[in-house]
Amino acid sequence: MTAPSTRAEGPALRWFEWAPVRGVWRRELALYKRYWPSTSFAALVEPTIYLLAFGFGFGAVIGAAYGYDYRDFVSTGVVATSVLFISAFGAMFGTFIRRTFQHTYDAVLAAPVDVHELVTAEASWLAAKAGLYGCAPMVVGMAFGLPPSPGMLLVPFIGFVTGLGFALFGIWVSAIVPSINTFDYVISGVLAPMFLVAGTFFPTDQLPSWAATAARVNPLYHCVELVRDAVFLRLGVHDLVHVAVLLLFAALMWSLAVWKMRARMID
Amino acid sequence: MPILQTPSRRNASPVRTESAISIRGAVKRYGEITAVDGLDLEVPHGVCLGLLGPNGAGKSTTMRLLTSQSRASSGEITVLGHALPRASKMARSLMGVVPQQDNLDEELTTRQNLEVFAHLYRVPRAGRVAAVDRALKVAQLTDRAGTKVGDLSGGMRRRLLIARGLVHRPRLVLLDEPTVGLDPQVRQELWSLVAELRSEGVTTLMSTHYIEEAERLADECALMSRGRVVARGTPAALIAEHAGKRVDEHFGRPERVAEVERLAREAGLSTRRTGPSVAVLASERQPESLRELLGPAHVERAANLEDVFVVLTGESVE
Repeated sequence: MTAPSTRAEGPALRWFEWAPVRGVWRRELALYKRYWPSTSFAALVEPTIYLLAFGFGFGAVIGAAYGYDYRDFVSTGVVATSVLFISAFGAMFGTFIRRTFQHTYDAVLAAPVDVHELVTAEASWLAAKAGLYGCAPMVVGMAFGLPPSPGMLLVPFIGFVTGLGFALFGIWVSAIVPSINTFDYVISGVLAPMFLVAGTFFPTDQLPSWAATAARVNPLYHCVELVRDAVFLRLGVHDLVHVAVLLLFAALMWSLAVWKMRARMID
Repeated sequence: MPILQTPSRRNASPVRTESAISIRGAVKRYGEITAVDGLDLEVPHGVCLGLLGPNGAGKSTTMRLLTSQSRASSGEITVLGHALPRASKMARSLMGVVPQQDNLDEELTTRQNLEVFAHLYRVPRAGRVAAVDRALKVAQLTDRAGTKVGDLSGGMRRRLLIARGLVHRPRLVLLDEPTVGLDPQVRQELWSLVAELRSEGVTTLMSTHYIEEAERLADECALMSRGRVVARGTPAALIAEHAGKRVDEHFGRPERVAEVERLAREAGLSTRRTGPSVAVLASERQPESLRELLGPAHVERAANLEDVFVVLTGESVE
């Protein structure tokens, strides 16, 4: 009989390792290579419809509003909507299906991967996707006359940070719902009001004061403000508050997602 | 040339007395239910141990305890010298796990499934392609590398599931019911895979409720019932101890069967019902007086592990 002589082989594993992130990205890239045409189609067509409906519908009536051409206002605002939908929906449905129907996470956690690494890995991919496709409304907007600006180069990063928070939110929600149908409550009760009260289609200061106050704690509002300040080259110290809120949101959601996923996966 | 285990690892090191798996007094409760109830289990290095038991005996919970996907309510568990759950990530990096439930990624191809786990198991970049190629060979799926898993047959999927757990050449493999629900032909294929692991000195803990599987593959068996090990030994030793050499089967109407059962038990022999008959175990030990009372047996056969299984874990499964 042969047996190894020492206790450990190779270097000790750290609390957080990048291998799980690479593993998840390997899987997602393989799937993305297969599905990118449909993903890209949806990402470009949705904001186009918003722009045509709101930008030209209202825009024709309103023309210039809130200091912008209304179409530019909408095409920058819808960036946040795209980020929200890609990250939150992707995380809610994707992680729920992988956890309960495909049992993928049972396999992953039997490998040297801990729950916090798995959660981070899943969220990081969705955040990157949200950062990339969050730019689609802006690109469509440029086709409709939004003037290009160097600040636009920051938009993917804003989308990434916002997407990270909402992906983690989606993972958290997926771990606390009893069934996939429960998502309806979250979508209609939480996400829909969130994306309307974020300054996407109209400024929040037009709202009743209670709603305007509520918008201030809406991470999506801070994303919208950051995107507009970046695109229209108005970045200033006040934007640090927006960045801080988004980072805080991501950190809070990370804790909640890890906590509830661990409760689901480890008994 | 071994294809599953690293040659250098096998030859370089001296024999060590410490077990590959050591479970002492493990208890796992889920609310009112106690799934594992004071389990003691030592698995020496290089041994293929069959974990036998009926459904609900605690086999799968034991497997989950070893990967720290379940945390023991009390007790001590050590895997390859790493105490769980504190050092469980290190322990998991050194073992391969083949789950009972197929959890392959259906959307990915055969090769992509293995690639993802080569990452998760920290196979170094330089060796990753070779590791995946080797695992494909182990699973005999080299020519199906580009097929989506959803399009593979049941047997192919099971081979891939095993190969996925071997992609990093683990020293310890956990097989949870590796052939449950498969055709006899497919089971043969998987058995030769497990036999290969054994011949290469990989420590294997295999749970099964197929007696034949344990008899063919395991060096030793541990019989589990109600969350603990009730017997342990080589299949031959277990049979000799608990079922003797010969088994007599007596057929008859229910009253006759019940009578044979009563008489044999009064004489201190174990019995088990087998459909329309009752089997008297260790019949070579029956006194002449009993033999006369029972009359000639309808079937005389050698005792087997299934007899041990039923005697020790009860006739009815809860």
